[in-house]
Amino acid sequence: MGMNLFKTTAAIAGLALMGTGMATAGEESALTINGDLTIPTSASAPAHLENIDMVTSGWIYRTKETQALQMDDFDNPSFVFVDVALDLWDKVDGSEGKACSSCHENGPEEFAGLTASMPRINAEGQLETTTELVNECRTERMGAEPWKYSKGKMAAMTSLIGLQSRGSVVNVAIDGAAAPYWEKGKELYYTRVGQLDMSCSNCHEDNYDVMIRADHLSQGQINGFPTYRLKNAKMNTTHARFKGCMKNIRAKPFGQGSDEFKALELYVASRGNGLTVETPSVRN
Amino acid sequence: MRVLIATAVASVLGSTVAFAGAAVAPGEVKFDNGTVAASLTGVAGDAAEGRVVFANRKLGNCLACHTNTQIPEESFHGQVGPTLDGAAGRWNEAELRGIVSNSKMTFEGTIMPAFYVQSGYFRPIEKFDGVSILTAQQVEDVVAYLMTLK
Ligand code: HEC
Ligand code: HEC
Repeated sequence: MGMNLFKTTAAIAGLALMGTGMATAGEESALTINGDLTIPTSASAPAHLENIDMVTSGWIYRTKETQALQMDDFDNPSFVFVDVALDLWDKVDGSEGKACSSCHENGPEEFAGLTASMPRINAEGQLETTTELVNECRTERMGAEPWKYSKGKMAAMTSLIGLQSRGSVVNVAIDGAAAPYWEKGKELYYTRVGQLDMSCSNCHEDNYDVMIRADHLSQGQINGFPTYRLKNAKMNTTHARFKGCMKNIRAKPFGQGSDEFKALELYVASRGNGLTVETPSVRN
Repeated sequence: MRVLIATAVASVLGSTVAFAGAAVAPGEVKFDNGTVAASLTGVAGDAAEGRVVFANRKLGNCLACHTNTQIPEESFHGQVGPTLDGAAGRWNEAELRGIVSNSKMTFEGTIMPAFYVQSGYFRPIEKFDGVSILTAQQVEDVVAYLMTLK
């Protein structure tokens, strides 16, 4: 009883605060790139989301200055890394004497729409990520060493591949063979971890559009990944971001490329079903 | 459920923590309906020190989630929780000690971390495994500081 009373008092205090001091989203709410590609930054939430009506891109929570960097490919620092990937695309590597371009003769454009549906279930019924597809080509078709899961070359290549889906609507499959992976990802999303004892949902579902010290919390969507961050001046993969968020709550992160992070990636991607791919995006 | 378990544990262990000078260990803190009446250390809290702990990102980092107009020199105050302006007018010392030690005893399911527990959380980074975020004296200092927020 006493507990309920306390809770109500706090809730009222919280409400009063929301009314006066609630953080506002960045000034721009329409994302138009290069003056001609307009990307909707919100959409009706997919049916499986129980606690949110609208899903929103992380772009709308950033400052006007950060937003502007994503509105012109000449200003977007990601394109330095996309260019790195274009060079790698043609670079012969491994025992078979092949480059990506040896097999994918139509260029990276061949992958239009791919990122919008990743991760997905492969022919063996297992969940696979874009990163794994790239490494599969490297090891099995090129006879080359796999790239590190989230390091420079892989982050650049998945940015180049993601760019081919820019403007496509996110639509990852969560039924059939994907269902158990999705359930696992969902469980991870709602499980509190770390010394600070928080879940992804505590910040990105319960408190998005609220300031957490200097950070304006978004819904933690991944439709812009890999994303260039001003903070570390490089492309950041989804798994690297998950790791960062876990470390912030003093939780031991799962490995990059681990079953846990792959399942979480599927689940988080599915929370953005209906949003539009923005890769490569810019964040702070 | 959590409340019941913690209360039971505390009452079993309560007798061992009475001697002077020893801090009450996390997990031995005696909660009564969310409140903690007795000092965790027997040493009066230092409000000035508590103000430092409150703002420090590596310690309380209370400003991550709470605004507090008494700390204007820090430019970013979070808004996840209610403002702590006037907190001492809304809560007494025992209630504040309870909230800072383990706010889940007062606010069921809250996002606010428990600052004086050493277990009950999962997958902590190794160096934070089995330790509380704040020491007993830091909790007392923060409580003393909160009591100045009239
Ligand atoms: C203590 C709060 C907190 C928790 C818990 C948390 N995050 Fe975050 N997360 C942030 C902040 C702050 C940012 C940067 C601002 C933003 O985009 O929200 C961020 C950013 C992100 C982004 C980048 C969004 C974008 O558009 O660039 C993703 C994705 C993300 N988080 C996913 C997760 C996942 C998955 C978990 C759980 C494993 C998680 N977060 C847990 C605070 C948190
Ligand atoms: C991650 C967020 C977060 C952090 C960090 C945090 N709090 Fe809180 N706090 C909350 C929320 C949210 C509430 C409201 C209770 C609820 O409904 O969950 C709250 C409530 C309170 C209250 C009761 C406020 C009122 O008047 O109703 C006090 C006092 C308090 N916190 C003190 C602190 C102190 C002191 C610290 C740091 C040592 C701290 N908090 C750190 C989120 C946080």
